[in-house]
Amino acid sequence: MYELKFDPDLCMACDTQDCLVKCQHMDIDQEAARTEILKLAGGEDSFVLRDCVTCYACEEYCPNGNHPFYLIVKMQEELGMFPLPDPLVKSGVQVGIPFRGEPVIDEMEGTALNMGVFSPLLGRVAGSKLFEGLPIISHDSRKMFHYFCQLMYLHYGKTSVINERLDGIIQTLAAHGAKEIVHFHDECYGTYTSYAPAFGIEVPFKSIHLFEFLYNRLLELKDEIRPLGYKVVYQRPCSSRLSSDKHPFVAKIFDLISVEYMDREYKDENAMCCGATILGQKKEGSRVYCAEIQKKNIDDMKKAGGQICVFNCPACMQTLGMPVSKAGIMPLFMSDLCRLAIGEKVG
Amino acid sequence: MSSIHQELVNIVGEDYASNRREELFTYSKDLGTSQPLWPEYVVAPKTTDELQAVVRLANETKTPIVPLGGGMTLAGLALPQQGGVIIDLKRMDKILEVNEQGRYMVVEAGISHGKITSYLKKNHPNLMHSEPGAPPAATVGGNLAIHGQGDLAHPYGFNTDMVNGLEVVLPTGDIARFGSCAVGSGWYTMHPLPDIGLFLGWNGATGIITKVSLKLYPCKKFRENNMFVVENEEFVPDVLFEISHLGMAEDLIATSSEIPPMMNRLHYISIINTGDSEEELEFKRHMTFDVQLAKYIRNGVGGIVSLYDERSRPQVSKSADWKKGGGFEYVGAIVPVSFYPECYRRGSEISGRHFIPYTVLGRVIGSCHSMMFSWSYAFNRADDATVKHARDALHETDELVMELNGTIWKPAIFGQKLMLERMDPGALRLMKEVKKILDPNGIMNPGNWEVD
Ligand SMILES: Cc1cc2nc3c(=O)[nH]c(=O)nc-3n(C[C@H](O)[C@H](O)[C@H](O)COP(=O)(O)OP(=O)(O)OC[C@H]3O[C@@H](n4cnc5c(N)ncnc54)[C@H](O)[C@@H]3O)c2cc1C
Ligand code: SF4
Ligand code: SF4
Repeated sequence: MYELKFDPDLCMACDTQDCLVKCQHMDIDQEAARTEILKLAGGEDSFVLRDCVTCYACEEYCPNGNHPFYLIVKMQEELGMFPLPDPLVKSGVQVGIPFRGEPVIDEMEGTALNMGVFSPLLGRVAGSKLFEGLPIISHDSRKMFHYFCQLMYLHYGKTSVINERLDGIIQTLAAHGAKEIVHFHDECYGTYTSYAPAFGIEVPFKSIHLFEFLYNRLLELKDEIRPLGYKVVYQRPCSSRLSSDKHPFVAKIFDLISVEYMDREYKDENAMCCGATILGQKKEGSRVYCAEIQKKNIDDMKKAGGQICVFNCPACMQTLGMPVSKAGIMPLFMSDLCRLAIGEKVG
Repeated sequence: MSSIHQELVNIVGEDYASNRREELFTYSKDLGTSQPLWPEYVVAPKTTDELQAVVRLANETKTPIVPLGGGMTLAGLALPQQGGVIIDLKRMDKILEVNEQGRYMVVEAGISHGKITSYLKKNHPNLMHSEPGAPPAATVGGNLAIHGQGDLAHPYGFNTDMVNGLEVVLPTGDIARFGSCAVGSGWYTMHPLPDIGLFLGWNGATGIITKVSLKLYPCKKFRENNMFVVENEEFVPDVLFEISHLGMAEDLIATSSEIPPMMNRLHYISIINTGDSEEELEFKRHMTFDVQLAKYIRNGVGGIVSLYDERSRPQVSKSADWKKGGGFEYVGAIVPVSFYPECYRRGSEISGRHFIPYTVLGRVIGSCHSMMFSWSYAFNRADDATVKHARDALHETDELVMELNGTIWKPAIFGQKLMLERMDPGALRLMKEVKKILDPNGIMNPGNWEVD
């Protein structure tokens, strides 16, 4: 079975303990942070396992690439301290079971677009110049669970499920033959470029982040870009913490299509989780806490003067799209915003 | 051209009476597993006068008649067991009155629930009626004839408990009215006159409902589906009891099904909460999850799946269409809420025996006074073996309901027989007498609720 590569020596030598010190959901000083992370590294219990809301952010906060979040999740499972009630864990684990037949493996060369488990959103990319010429993997929503990257189970304290299933998913993706895969969802990107190497799982294709792809594509289509001029805020998803080197493409795209990336409290490293996973956690008060952070987040977007809230993750969109629009801000996927910028209509 | 056909044409006009095979074909079918049964004629009256004339003709000629609304029961209840005339009531669909302050509306019984919902939404957005989860073409008359329940079942009970007045065409063709409308003082109450209501739940075997005063209820601006899940079926009755203690949910339904896998061996409880403001909704969420259900969450045995999921009406059931070929039929039973675990376990065993992914659902009626529990069985219309499995599973389920001491809801003929076999002899005698008095020629939907 795959083992997490976590190096306690890095923590011993670490002089920030940023992983926990920067955590937005716990109040921990540096000394306590060192104690707790070392406890976890040594396989011991820690209050962190109970208080972690699974926002992924410490993966980014750690300056040494030491995977503190993966460690937390691994320990939650080992000590049976699942953040969600059992029936939610069971339902989550079952969600990923394919039940509508085997996928059709159409062979491809070069670069392909992987819709993962979001093939129902295919309409948002099909026919757009941005994705012209890209063959599509996972275009049939009945088969989409064969392409489910499984990383969601980090919210469930279930690295075992990811590790059990991921090989099969990678094989299915690889069977299409594309050498490079652009992932529509950056959770997939994070799976193949962060999680898999952290656990020593081999990935035989190269992954491309959607935003890097969009940026490069927009450069190619530069003559067709019409400056949009909107004031935008960005809802950064948890999975983006696994690919922080790609996060700068957000600002670069906004710059290219001339929208104003508004400053606000919950921006970039200080982004606030959409709350989807916090809602159902068993820790007392989770529902109310979730409502509170969502309100703070949306108030912050309003205060910043955002006209459009740009989403990367469909789950964030599902969670926050409606309240954001009720607050008078238009929710829009990044890919849709880019389509607008080249004069395409979005539904 | 037969003389009955000509008489029918004389009553309703050529376009609305037929004995043509291609038209009768449609009326010979039911959406469920029933074998086709052919009528000899179909007629679609527009007015009560026309309907009375048709019924008189049938009574004189001793021709069986079968009232038909949307034809959505799935249990073959509007199939002509003995041939005769199918009376399609869908053209009798006028809205006659809406009384905002008195919160009721008077409609012709052939009106569809979908039409009522969209009419109220457009013209009286602060009022609603209890809409069944059936496809929107289901009619008011058909639903009352089988004691249906809709999306206000939790606060207000069966749809037949929400009737303020009734007009019926009797098997002789005469008209009778019940409730305050009977004494000419409007359609605002069913009580306090002596109870002679002998038409609800009779499958049209005692008369044809033509006008109904439906109770209307406050319709809140916002409606959301809050979903809770438990794994242990034994918890479901208590969860429902806890929520119904609040008296706030508009609809309360527990479901479990093998497909999709996320529902397999788990029980999802859909709590429809409504409010005129975010504050009202948040108060309800708070009372539901932070107070009544907190113990389940704290103990890790129950969890909030989703909140804020906006729910528009009507909410049509899409359950059980998991076999290719798109057919399904269900047995519904009215049972105590405490029966949920046993109904679920035994139902999933029946499904397993017939190679059908199990699908069960329980809708709370009243403050947990009872529950409509349904076992759905999917089949492929083009595959006789799967149809047979579904039919056998339905019969086994009817028998299961009897074994559990439940009451079959809208039983097919097979289930009606089981119920009649167990009926209290006094009640049975009375049913027989009532039927004999009202329908001496036995023309009204024969085969249904028939006491030998
Ligand atoms: C997917 C699905 C979901 C469903 N969900 C629900 C639900 O949530 N709640 C519910 O209650 N039902 C439900 N049903 C069952 C059924 O569709 C409804 O109860 C429906 O309202 C029945 O009305 P109808 O007009 O289709 O009746 P029909 O099937 O046309 O008739 C029903 C019976 O009443 C008789 N009849 C029809 N009209 C009259 C009349 N005017 N006077 C006297 N007798 C008459 C018929 O002869 C027949 O015996 C569901 C069905 C389906 C397919
Ligand atoms: S996980 Fe990273 S940030 Fe945390 S103590 Fe270890 S090295 Fe430092
Ligand atoms: S995942 Fe988020 S909540 Fe959990 S410890 Fe890391 S930063 Fe804190």
